[in-house]
Amino acid sequence: MTEPLLRLSGLTKAYPGVVANKDVSFDIGRGEVHALLGENGAGKSTLVKTIYGLVKPDAGTMTLEGQPFQPAEPRAARASGIAMVFQHFSLFDAMNVAENIALGMENPPPQAEIAAKVRSVSDQYGLPLDPTRIVGELSAGERQRVEIIRCLLQDPKLLIMDEPTSVLTPQEVDILFETLRKLSAEGTAILYISHKLEEIRALCENATVLRLGEVVGDCDPRETSARDMAELMVGTVLHVPERAEKPAGEVVLSLNGLSAKAPHRFGTPLRNITVEVRTGEVLGIGGVAGNGQDELVAALSGEMKTGRDMVQFKGNGIGQTHPNARRKIGLLAAPEERMGHAAAPDMSLTENAILTAATRKELTSRGFVHWGKARGFAKEVIAKFDVRTPGPQNAARSLSGGNLQKFVIGREIMQAPEVLVVNQPTWGVDASAAAAIRQALLDLAATGTAVIVISQDLDELMEISDRFAALNEGRLSSPRPAQGLTVDEIGLMLGGAHDMEVAHDHA
Amino acid sequence: MDLTSINPILLLASLMVAATPIILAAIGELVVERAGVLNLGVEGMMITGAICGFVVAVNTGSPWLGFLGAAVGGALVSLVFGFLTQFLLSNQVATGLALTLFGLGLSALMGQGYIGIKAPSFPDWHIPLLGDIPIIGPIIFQHDPMVYVGLFIVAGVWAFLKYSRAGLILRAVGENHEAAHALGYHVVRVRMLAIMFGGACAGLGGAYLSLVRVPQWTEGMTAGAGWIALAIVVFASWRPGRLLLGAYLFGGVTVLQLNLQAAGAEIGVEYLSMAPYLATIAVLVIMRAGRAPGSLGQSFHASR
Repeated sequence: MTEPLLRLSGLTKAYPGVVANKDVSFDIGRGEVHALLGENGAGKSTLVKTIYGLVKPDAGTMTLEGQPFQPAEPRAARASGIAMVFQHFSLFDAMNVAENIALGMENPPPQAEIAAKVRSVSDQYGLPLDPTRIVGELSAGERQRVEIIRCLLQDPKLLIMDEPTSVLTPQEVDILFETLRKLSAEGTAILYISHKLEEIRALCENATVLRLGEVVGDCDPRETSARDMAELMVGTVLHVPERAEKPAGEVVLSLNGLSAKAPHRFGTPLRNITVEVRTGEVLGIGGVAGNGQDELVAALSGEMKTGRDMVQFKGNGIGQTHPNARRKIGLLAAPEERMGHAAAPDMSLTENAILTAATRKELTSRGFVHWGKARGFAKEVIAKFDVRTPGPQNAARSLSGGNLQKFVIGREIMQAPEVLVVNQPTWGVDASAAAAIRQALLDLAATGTAVIVISQDLDELMEISDRFAALNEGRLSSPRPAQGLTVDEIGLMLGGAHDMEVAHDHA
Repeated sequence: MDLTSINPILLLASLMVAATPIILAAIGELVVERAGVLNLGVEGMMITGAICGFVVAVNTGSPWLGFLGAAVGGALVSLVFGFLTQFLLSNQVATGLALTLFGLGLSALMGQGYIGIKAPSFPDWHIPLLGDIPIIGPIIFQHDPMVYVGLFIVAGVWAFLKYSRAGLILRAVGENHEAAHALGYHVVRVRMLAIMFGGACAGLGGAYLSLVRVPQWTEGMTAGAGWIALAIVVFASWRPGRLLLGAYLFGGVTVLQLNLQAAGAEIGVEYLSMAPYLATIAVLVIMRAGRAPGSLGQSFHASR
C-alpha cells in the first residue's frame, strides 16, 4: 500500500476530569472518504480540532505525506492543505459572502477577485451562491455552501466535515454528496464526521468508530449494517421507543391563520399557519432551522403575542394571553435553547423548577416561595427522568446537555400539561438520553396530552409522530399521517412543495 | 435679544472646534466596540489624557509633545481595563464604570500642582490658499492642527474598517468571536490593540480640552464629554461617517446655546445648557440605531 495522506498515531488529549482522546491511531488515504463515527462526547470534535491545530495533543504524533505534522494553529494547518467545515457554522452574520470567505483564507486576493472565484467554483461544483449577499439572510444550506467554498478555494488535500448534514433537507444532502464525491474523485481526501449511519453507508469507503475517546473498531461501511455500526458506537443494544395505537381525541388546540411579523432582523415571519391538534396525538413539525421554528414556539408559549383568535385553546382565543396564563390552563412549552431560554444557567435546579412550575404546581403563595415544596418537585423530576446530578441545589450550568434537557422536558411533563410544545427535544443529546426523552413524550401522549414536537431530526419525527407537517419559510404544510411517508415525500414537503400531486406531475 | 450679535461664520468655525474632543474620543470607542468590547471608561481615559497632556505640555513647553503624552497616558489606563476584561474576564460594564471613577481620581491627584497655570499656546494654522477663500476659509481651513488630525483619524478608521484585511479581522472578532477563534484569529490580541487605540484617542480628546479649548487644567473638566462620545457611537450605528455627523450636531448645538446666552436670549440658562443633551437624545431616539456588533460586551475565553 502506498503512503497514506495523513497518519495519526497514539493521539491522546485529556481535559480536567475527562480523557477526550486516548491513543487514537488511524490512516487517511489520498482521495479517500473516511468516516469518523461516534456519539456526542466520544471525542470526535477534539480529534478533528487536533488535526486542524485548534487543540494540542498531550501525546502522539501526526504525519502528513510522510512529514511530521504539528500545526500550532489553524493557519499552519490550512497552509499544509487541511480545511474544515464546522458543525456550528463559523460564519459572520453581518458580513457578506465574499468577506466571510476572505476571512478563512491565508492570503486573500481583493474582494472583486474573490467574487469571481466564488462564482467559478460554485458553478463547477453545482453550489449556487451570490458573493454579495449578507450571510445572516442565507438559509442553512446556503450558509454551509459558503463554508465549503471557502475551503475549496484553498485547494485542500484533506477536507474535514463536522456533522455537515444536520441542518440540510434530504435534497440538499444529495447535492452535498455529489460535490463530495466529485472532490474525492479529484484526489481530495475527506474526513466525514457524523452519527447518521445511513449517510455514512452511502458515502464513505472506510469508517473509524470512537467510543469514550478510544477507537473501538474500523469497518467498511458499505458492507456493515447500520445496526452493527450503531451498536459498535453506543456499546449497548439500542432501545427503540414503543408506542401504543390509540384513537384520535378531540381538538384541544387550533391555530387559525396564524401570521406574525418576524420579531427581529434575522427572524422569520409566520405566514397563515392553520392546524388542529387533538388530545393524545403527537404532531411532528419538521423543517430546517430558521424557517420559523423559534417564532412558532414563541407564538404558542405566549412569548410573542398574536391575534386573539389565531391561537385557540379549547375554543377560547388565547393569542393575547401571557405565558403564565397559558401555563395555568395547561399549555406548556420547552424551547430549544437549554441554557438561557429553557433554564437560567446560574440558578439552581430548584429555582429553575419554580420558574415555569410555580403556577401549576402551586409552589408560591401570596408572593412567597414554598421552598420545601419546590425542592420536592425538583427532586421528583430528577428521580423520574434519571437526571444525573448530585441534587436539586446544583446550578443548571453544571449539568451536561443531555441531563439538562431531560430536566427541562421532565419539568414540563411533570406538570401534567394538556398541550406540550417542545422544540428540538434531543438536539445535542446522546442516543440513550434521546431515546428516554422520546419515550417520555410518547408516554405523555398516551395519557391524553397533545404533544407538538418541532425537530430537525426527521428520523426522530418519524419515530414518534402520529402526523407530520413541514415548516418552510414560516408556512406550515398540511399535516399528513406519519406512517408510510417516504423520505422523498418528506423532502418535498420540507422544500416547500406543499401539493405533492403537482410536484409529481413535474417530476 | 439681539440675534444679529451672533456671527454665523464664527459660529460654524467654533462648531468644528467644539466637536473635536468628542470626535476623537468617539472614533476610538467606535473601533473598540467594533472589536466587540464595550469600554464605558471613555470619560476616565479622557480626563487622564487631559492631565497627562497638560503636564507634559507645561513641562516641555511643546503642545505636540503634550498630545503625544496624552495618547500614551490614555492608552496606559485603557491597558488596565484591557487586562481586567480580556485576561481576568471581569465584567466589561462594571470595569468600564470603575475606570471612569479611577480616571477622575487619578487625574485630580496628578493635577494638584497644575491648577491655575496656562497651557503653552497652540497656534491656529492658516492654511495657505484654502484659508483665504471667503466664508469657507475661516470656517474650515483656519483651525489648530488637532482639528485636522481628528478628521484624518476618522477617515483613516473608515478606510481601515472598509478596505483593509486587518479591519476585516477586527470586525470579524467583534461580530462573532467564537468563529473568529475557530478560524485561527487571536481574539484577545486584536481586542487589546483596539482597546489601546481607543484609550489613545480618548486621551487626545481630553488633551484637546485642557490644551486648546479651555486651555488650563481644572478637576473634572471633561464634564461628561466621554459619555456623549459613547452615546454618539451608538447613534452613529458604529459607522465613522455618521459619527462625524453626530459629533457636529452636538458641537453645533453647544456653540449655538452659548451664543444665545451671550445674545441675551430670554430662555433660562438652565434650558439652554440642557439643549445639546436633549438634541442628541432626540436624534438618537429618532434615528433607528443599526445592528450592534454581534459579540459586543461579551467576554471571550478560548475553552475547548
